[in-house]
Amino acid sequence: MSSTDSKPASTSVDPRQPVEGMSLSQDAWRRLRRNRVAMLSLWLLIAISVVAFLAPVLPLQAPDHTQTSLQYAEPMASPFWLRTFELDVAKVADIPQEVRELEQELTELRTKYARAANAHYQHPNDVDRQKNYDDVWEVVRRKEAEIGDTIQQPYRRLGFAQLNALSRWMIQKRYSLFGNRSINSVFGRDELGRDMVSRVVWGARVSLIVGLVATLVSLVIGVSYGAVAGYLGGWIDDAMMRFVDVLYSIPFIFVVIFIITILGEESIARELAYWGVNRITIFFVVVGAIYWLTMSRVVRGQVISLKNELFVESARSLGAPQWRIIFIHLLPNLLSVVLVYLTLTIPRVMLFEAFLSFLGLGVEPPDVSWGLLANEGIKVITPVKIYWWLILFPSLALGATLLALNFLGDGVRDALDPRLRDE
Amino acid sequence: MIAFCARRLLWMIATLWVVFTISFFLMRSVPGGPLSRERNLLPEIEKLLMKRYNLDKSWGEQYWVELGNYLRGDFGYSFKLDDYTVNEVIAEGLPISISLGLIALAFALTLGLVAGVVSAVYRGTWIDVVFMLTATLGIALPSFVIAGICIILFVFLIPLLPAAGWGDFSQLVLPAFCLGAPYAAYVARIARTSMLDVLSQDHIRTARAKGVHPTRVVVVHALRGALLPVVSFIGPAIAGILTGSLVVEQVFAIPGMGSHFVQAAQQRDYTLALGLVMLYTVLLYSMNWLVDMSYAILDPRVELQ
Repeated sequence: MSSTDSKPASTSVDPRQPVEGMSLSQDAWRRLRRNRVAMLSLWLLIAISVVAFLAPVLPLQAPDHTQTSLQYAEPMASPFWLRTFELDVAKVADIPQEVRELEQELTELRTKYARAANAHYQHPNDVDRQKNYDDVWEVVRRKEAEIGDTIQQPYRRLGFAQLNALSRWMIQKRYSLFGNRSINSVFGRDELGRDMVSRVVWGARVSLIVGLVATLVSLVIGVSYGAVAGYLGGWIDDAMMRFVDVLYSIPFIFVVIFIITILGEESIARELAYWGVNRITIFFVVVGAIYWLTMSRVVRGQVISLKNELFVESARSLGAPQWRIIFIHLLPNLLSVVLVYLTLTIPRVMLFEAFLSFLGLGVEPPDVSWGLLANEGIKVITPVKIYWWLILFPSLALGATLLALNFLGDGVRDALDPRLRDE
Repeated sequence: MIAFCARRLLWMIATLWVVFTISFFLMRSVPGGPLSRERNLLPEIEKLLMKRYNLDKSWGEQYWVELGNYLRGDFGYSFKLDDYTVNEVIAEGLPISISLGLIALAFALTLGLVAGVVSAVYRGTWIDVVFMLTATLGIALPSFVIAGICIILFVFLIPLLPAAGWGDFSQLVLPAFCLGAPYAAYVARIARTSMLDVLSQDHIRTARAKGVHPTRVVVVHALRGALLPVVSFIGPAIAGILTGSLVVEQVFAIPGMGSHFVQAAQQRDYTLALGLVMLYTVLLYSMNWLVDMSYAILDPRVELQ
């Protein structure tokens, strides 16, 4: 301690200088900072996330812009700038007006639809009214699709998949920043002449988001389930944990693939797509449903050991309701366990996404993810020529991210492990 | 022991039944049956065909008929492969997948064990660091990335091995390596930890003090104790290798169950997919069960329950 260093004659603690306490998280953070590999991984991950988030603003070519004349072009860096990115600004400016008109039409159609639906429900056996109802429904849907198309059209022409409002705004900003410039394909081009740099960067968005959101889903389910089971105890705990045991013994990956197969049936997929459910959303739910099992067991064990502590007792004697004790008093004490589990689960989930995308059962084109890119690269291996850049760059991106996540996970575990404390 | 086996068997049957029931009703709720994609049939003929294949009955009746078929081991016809029953597909694919999996497993265990023991013995030296770094790499990288890198290296840059296919030994090396690599990495980590644990115990110190040769101390005295955690990892490793074979068989064009399953999933061949899911469930269950048994045999302190 610095205070004792300056005055060697005094006892080890100087009473005038209060020794600052160190909370568990501060201590863990201090340990983590000393772990060089973990910190390097953390910075790498932050950098990758920032690049992924800023992808629409960066001067990259559009990820789905096909140029078959440039098929399998090798990586090239000269000239560095290509001047081909022509966003139709006038068209973009017109869109709000067009959309407003279309939406007016849509409102009219909706009232018509409501009337038709009403008529249909009052006379369920009337074939004409049924037909009328179906027709109007079809028209409403087509109008909605038209609105979507109008909004996306200028971006789609450049070669972007479906974009949300934020990304569209970012692309406009990019156009005003960099003009029509975009970086030449320094990672080469694929089968359809699409630029690999931008595909890898846009793939990062999907891969990272999937890893994060799916892990969070599993986290929420697992923590609530485990905490409730552990806190309530008794036969409820027994039943809940027996259920987890049963789920554990099902070979989930195969069942998941089977379910995705069935949900991919054309008519079902179209219906789901209308409600905004695509493969990625299904993936979130499915992964959440698998990976919460271990989490719930770990949390349950912790809760059981914590629930007889004094602070729980005092909360109970003050009349706090059970949900409050579980979620306000117990959960914050589980933070370290949860954090360790989180850092170890994210790479597993990302690996699973890459695995499914690789098999063609995950992310669907025109969206891209790293697993999908690696798959495309391996598919075009021929004895005649290796397009090494198609395999190397996606694999490198995926490998580096997963490696960094693993190192960070190990680091966090070491930092929070009480057995290693104060060594 | 018998009670343990009986309980495990009961659980397996329950699991299989749950998987079958859910999958059956999911399959039936998908629009379009096996006949809907054929050329347009005359209604009378279609009716007869439906009757022949029990498709005209209610879901409940169909369910019991199908369940009976499954109990008899008859998995029905493939929807998409011409002239194949699911059983025939399994009969062709299963031996291939099993031999590939076993080779990968043997490879993972030997390599992992050697690497783990060596890095435990040379703890803190550069050998340890390099081995453990490689192990982390093996765990982090997906098998298709490893496969891609291996193909570029050993097929094209240094033409040693064929890129794909199934038949002779040289075609087996790369897939088995790519399939086993992640599990070799896990085994190496586990073996290192448990070896370090054992090496610090009293009986090792005694052996050393008696002047037993260092190699003998490691191989005879320490290894036995360090083996247990590795054995208990075989269960998860088999599960992982089965899963990994989906990808590896696809990459190396091996006609095993994995590629059949993936193709069934991609082409929506429901009967084939369901049959294979059931088969995988049985395989995983029995493997885990065997591993648990062997654990009890290796370590008399373990009680089965």
